[in-house]
Amino acid sequence: MIHSLFLINHLGDIFLEKHWKSVISRSVCDYFFEAREKAVDPENVPPVLQTPHHYLISIYRGKLFFLSVIQTEVPPLFVIEFLHRVADTFQDYFGGCSESVISDNVVIVYELLEEMLDNGFPLATESNVLKEMIRPPNILRSVVNTLTGTTVSAEIQGVIEACVKLSGMPDLTMSFMNPRLLDDVSFHPCVRFRRWESERILSFIPPDGNFTLMTYHISSQNLVAIPVYVKQSISFFEAGSCGRLDITIGPKQTMGKTVEDLKVTVHMPKAVLNANLTASQGNYTYDFTTKLLVWDIGKLNPQKLPNLRGSLSMQTGVPNPEENPSLNIDLKIQQLAISGLKVSRLDMYGETYKPFKGVKYVTKAGKFQVRT
Amino acid sequence: MTAMQKLLQLPVNAVNMVKTVQSQVQGQEEDKSPVLTPDSGQQAWYSALQPDELRHLRSGGTGGGGGGGGDQEERAPLEEGGGGGGFQTQPLRHDDLKEMLDSNKDSLKLEAMKRIVAMIARGKNASDLFPAVVKNVACKNIEVKKLVYVYLVRYAEEQQDLALLSISTFQRGLKDPNQLIRASALRVLSSIRVTIIVPIMMLAIKEAASDMSPYVRKTAAHAIPKLYSLDPEQKDQLIEVIEKLLADKTTLVAGSVVMAFEEVCPERIDLIHKNYRKLCNLLIDVEEWGQVVIINMLTRYARTQFLNPNINESLLEEGGSGDKTFYGSDEDEDEDEEEKEKKAEAAAMAKRKPYVMDPDHRLLLRNTKPLLQSRNAAVVMAVAQLYFHLAPKAEVGVIAKALVRLLRSHSEVQYVVLQNVATMSIKRRGMFEPYLKSFYIRSTDPTQIKVLKLEVLTNLANETNISTILREFQTYIKSMDKDFVAATIQAIGRCATNISEVRDTCLNGLVQLLSNRDELVVAESVVVIKKLLQMQPEKHSDIIKHMAKLTDNIQVPMARASILWLIGEYCEHVPKIAPDVLRKMAKSFTNEEDIVKLQIINLAAKLYLTNSKQTKLLTQYVLNLAKYDQNYDIRDRARFIRQLIVPTEKSGALSKYAKKLFLALKPAPILESPFKDRDHFQLGSLSHLLNAKAGGYQELPDWPEAAPDPSVRNVEVKESVPEWTKCSSREKRKEKKVEKPFYTDSEGESGPTESADSESDSASGSESSSGSEESGSGSESEESKEASESEEEEEEEEEEQKKKKKKDLKKPVQESESEQSSEEEERKHQRKSKPRKSESESESDEDEESESESSQSESEDSESEAEVKKKKKVQTRTAEPKPPPKPLKKESKKEKKEMSLLDLDDFEPAPSPQVTPVNTFLSNSLVTDLEGLSLSDSVLSPATIAPSSTLKSYELLHRITGEGLSVEYCFSRQPFSPDANMVAVQMQFTNNASSDTKNLHIEDVKLQSGMRVKEFPEIELLPAGETATAVMGIDFCDSTQAANFQLCTHTRKFFVSIQPPVGELMRPVFLTENEFKKEQGQLMGMNEITEKLTLDVKCRNEHAIVQRVTTAANLSRVPCGSDKECRFAGRTVTSGSLVLVTVATKEEGAAQLTVNCEKMVIGTMLVKDILQALTQ
Repeated sequence: MIHSLFLINHLGDIFLEKHWKSVISRSVCDYFFEAREKAVDPENVPPVLQTPHHYLISIYRGKLFFLSVIQTEVPPLFVIEFLHRVADTFQDYFGGCSESVISDNVVIVYELLEEMLDNGFPLATESNVLKEMIRPPNILRSVVNTLTGTTVSAEIQGVIEACVKLSGMPDLTMSFMNPRLLDDVSFHPCVRFRRWESERILSFIPPDGNFTLMTYHISSQNLVAIPVYVKQSISFFEAGSCGRLDITIGPKQTMGKTVEDLKVTVHMPKAVLNANLTASQGNYTYDFTTKLLVWDIGKLNPQKLPNLRGSLSMQTGVPNPEENPSLNIDLKIQQLAISGLKVSRLDMYGETYKPFKGVKYVTKAGKFQVRT
Repeated sequence: MTAMQKLLQLPVNAVNMVKTVQSQVQGQEEDKSPVLTPDSGQQAWYSALQPDELRHLRSGGTGGGGGGGGDQEERAPLEEGGGGGGFQTQPLRHDDLKEMLDSNKDSLKLEAMKRIVAMIARGKNASDLFPAVVKNVACKNIEVKKLVYVYLVRYAEEQQDLALLSISTFQRGLKDPNQLIRASALRVLSSIRVTIIVPIMMLAIKEAASDMSPYVRKTAAHAIPKLYSLDPEQKDQLIEVIEKLLADKTTLVAGSVVMAFEEVCPERIDLIHKNYRKLCNLLIDVEEWGQVVIINMLTRYARTQFLNPNINESLLEEGGSGDKTFYGSDEDEDEDEEEKEKKAEAAAMAKRKPYVMDPDHRLLLRNTKPLLQSRNAAVVMAVAQLYFHLAPKAEVGVIAKALVRLLRSHSEVQYVVLQNVATMSIKRRGMFEPYLKSFYIRSTDPTQIKVLKLEVLTNLANETNISTILREFQTYIKSMDKDFVAATIQAIGRCATNISEVRDTCLNGLVQLLSNRDELVVAESVVVIKKLLQMQPEKHSDIIKHMAKLTDNIQVPMARASILWLIGEYCEHVPKIAPDVLRKMAKSFTNEEDIVKLQIINLAAKLYLTNSKQTKLLTQYVLNLAKYDQNYDIRDRARFIRQLIVPTEKSGALSKYAKKLFLALKPAPILESPFKDRDHFQLGSLSHLLNAKAGGYQELPDWPEAAPDPSVRNVEVKESVPEWTKCSSREKRKEKKVEKPFYTDSEGESGPTESADSESDSASGSESSSGSEESGSGSESEESKEASESEEEEEEEEEEQKKKKKKDLKKPVQESESEQSSEEEERKHQRKSKPRKSESESESDEDEESESESSQSESEDSESEAEVKKKKKVQTRTAEPKPPPKPLKKESKKEKKEMSLLDLDDFEPAPSPQVTPVNTFLSNSLVTDLEGLSLSDSVLSPATIAPSSTLKSYELLHRITGEGLSVEYCFSRQPFSPDANMVAVQMQFTNNASSDTKNLHIEDVKLQSGMRVKEFPEIELLPAGETATAVMGIDFCDSTQAANFQLCTHTRKFFVSIQPPVGELMRPVFLTENEFKKEQGQLMGMNEITEKLTLDVKCRNEHAIVQRVTTAANLSRVPCGSDKECRFAGRTVTSGSLVLVTVATKEEGAAQLTVNCEKMVIGTMLVKDILQALTQ
């Protein structure tokens, strides 16, 4: 299946290679570099490339390319999913997945890769299993005797992330107040499918540590209103080569909770040279190389709505952009799952001690875009 | 270059300094090492270091070990080309590493290995260290060993001779008591790719394939493709191993062996037959990656074995929907029973339709469906493609939601999924229509994703949604991503060709785009308009004129070429403009791109043919220019066209047809999806994605015309098996072994029918049973304690029991969850028991019924249908209804028991005196019981031994797994003094290790509820080579459930379990002949089991019979007047229920065995055990 793996940084240097079968020369990556040149963004590199003798399947994570070399037919998703699992494992082990982190822990990385694949076929990919075989470099994880469900709902999708530190073989069941809201779900393998099908109850024996118990999608009938509204006007004037920008954000349906970590990102058209703006709240930055305007607002104050206005200076002689840029909005609302999903109870069987239970609801903007 | 880097160019210095720093960190001891002695020069270097550089070095030397070392490696070779210093230091540095490897300190070795591994990771050559490294293969330190393995696997291929030095170590490892060591030895041995050891590998794989540890067997499965790639000649032998491992029933092995199968012998589909049902049933518990491989393989398998479910679309509509409701019951577990029955009827109706889905086909669809909920995108995709290729049209829709879910994953996942959705959406547009909005494009999507989403949107477009889609497209056209805009314009063009209603709208929109500022947009529009115009050119001459004007502005070659082609093609519509365009083009000819030049030549030729007056000279001019063009293609074209259009004496007959050639009506291009017909590749495959056959791709076969014989999947070799028999599972094999003697000859037909029947259901059944178990009570604790494997087995077995029972009951049993209905059931049961005769006649009906039953949620019923079976045979038909056991539901159970007892009272003369929950546990544990029996089968070897003198001992812990400690146990058959209700288990501990074992004791006892254990007193010390015995007591609650516990020493813990043969659950009692007869009289009906048998040749005398019976069960002999009869009596240990055994002998070894026991399960099992003892 997976023949070799190359880790490549954003400069195009191969800084780690691992072969599970015979050694394949790293020159095979040249085909990849060629494709990388062609693509404007690293994200635009096709994940699957064909070369005369090999197939290259790659993922882009944390400014690194994980490039695997394949020789024969294999489901591409199989490889992609696996590579992401490798990246997740690094993240889990080292708290990050950058070149420096990997280089610093190259031996552990190598051992992990050795365990994760045998002859190119996945062997152990579950983080708790791996940790039994290969110790993470430092255990700085907070050991809390708790199961926390973070319900992150972005518009209509969410995940339940669990952090379980329970000894023995606890058998947990989690039930929801309103499981009917859930339209589509996918589970960690520990969840018993049948039980969910019949009773809408999550029954599982959890692995240790952090894991994603479930991801879900809320059916579109139950679409909850978006928590903020945006009033914006961006205009460019032909004469004088300048433009105006005015953005105001206000709360809409926040159920009395505070909107936090509010942030607006605007990809400006190429012609915009600089921005001269005033923010009534928070700070803004404009990076003229990437044409990225970032307005970091912070907490949303319903009394005094944050506003950003001012002028944009444009390159002269260039025709005005015909399309206004869209706004990307990030936000977070603590203690609220905008989907309305609520955990009703969590029971433990199979062990006699009393666990500490806690649930945390968070609403985050996923890909919240305002077309202007 | 910083000072730091400079420093690092001098690896000796650097390494030494690293060590220096490290030695300071690690302590004085290391300073003494010769390697570490820094020379004075370096010392100076070191002292000159800045603090932050120091920190860097330290991190290199200690924590990040390899990391720092690696940095040096990386930079050093960079310098090799330039400075000579680097080259000289290379061997030196390696000497350093060699010395570290040769030292006797593990820490040094580890450090060296870490650096070497870091070198390998960076792709640097470390092969010259091979001899030094290979020596450490036997190193005791596990960390070092691991890294040495890494090194070996990387370099053994290059240094085959030296690699052989390591082989003996691995061979030793293969015999290690620790399964992990065995596995890792096999892993490395099979990974080192040294051809000469192929025979050794082969042997090792074969051995590991029958290893008792599933993990080692899994490793063996992994090793198969490795050996195969090393030496394809071994194929035949490897197939044998694959065949063996395919029969393995553990989930751990399943995925790996199927992977090996796919790599070595994917064409041997026949190997799958016998394992098909098992694989289907195991699937949900296999690890994710194995699931993908198995599902993909089974898709192919199903394509060869079953009929196309969509073979007859019209019939399918009805049949399919019937099917759907029928099987829909899996999902809607909460539906009430009546409705289900109706559905079952509907299903029966559907059955009569010409197309009948093979139950195995259905089994596959049903068992894969829950995996659509997997978190693993590859698994979801695998199931999706399976449904796409195999499911009836009406059912394929379920995959859409799951695939749409994957669109929220990483962009690479989206990329692959969208490719597949694009293919699917052509064939099954309706499936994705509800999710139209999920394919809307975000400005932040990578371009390749955008383009794929466009593709899907275009495929989904139809008359009803086109306006929405076009509106969406309009926004896209404004995007800053021009490639994407171009793709959008293409998409609009396709919508326009496919949906005639919007053609004009689209065309107008595109024409508007011609005035767009962006040239790329205009160019793309031109190309698309050209294609659209070809459909109705006469209507749009004004557009053509408009486009002709664009030649002045548009520079994009493809667009220019398109315009020129358009003008040439429709020059009659623009008679005035065309020559003028040619004039302009002739002027710029030399500066044009090749494709434009070709079109200019084309235009000239066409104009020459239609309007030679105005264009003759221009054409000549253009052709002359082309004649001297640099591109041979253009020169050729010019020559060819000149010959064709300019009539000369030489020109042949062709020039007469020039007009026909050039101005023939050309068909409008069909704008179709590049994904059309891609589904001949198996979806989700690499080949599908690339639209080209990848190496090793296995074609997805076409459906067969007629289904091959479905009976090949039957695990038992039986003829004339009804439908449901086909469904089976791995339990089959067990049955073959265990149950066959149980259902003897006369029942040959119905026996397998039932067992198969029950298993067909195991999938949905296990679901429903677990559902009811769990919903009924809040105590799943027991369940969770079970290993998932055994749990599953149990469920299946339970299912089996239920099915058998059902058969007997004939009528589908209604819901028995409520007590009332359970009562009802019993009444029915009673009614049934009288007119038994009719049953055999209606046997054939039963099959069909059992099928419909299978869809119902399982009703719980009494323990041992087997018993009922027996009854049928013996014709002693006083049916005593047994209470339905509710697994894990004690309280309600008791109530029920009482209810049934009430019933019993007016029916059965002698109700059992002890009504304890014990019974229910018994029934629960039937699986384990049966397992226990199979165990005792082996125990009851022909060599008969006096029961009380010699005791059969069982192994609790093998010397190897116990790391020197071996434990055997036997049932001493002595009363256990601390508690009379316990079975005494005598354990013998032998310490084979070289060191003492201390603190032997028991911990973490896991029992079925009701069971108890009295632990033996801790053995404080067991010196090496010594043996000790201890006695523990276990109250098995009259069940053959295993008692699981940990056997702990001062260092280790071993999971062990003791499972009693049923014969050990009783103690002998002394009865007189009269008492025996009296008791026996009270234990008639359901409590009596009679079996005919033929005695073993060696067992035809009284003495032998007594010996064998008492060996099999802890019973005492009852005096008897007749010499043709032997009688035995005992009481169960926990509840004290009487167990009476009679063996009546007849001529020629014929005999009849009668067991009377109020505990039917015990009785059944005991009959089986004694039968075995007497017939073998």
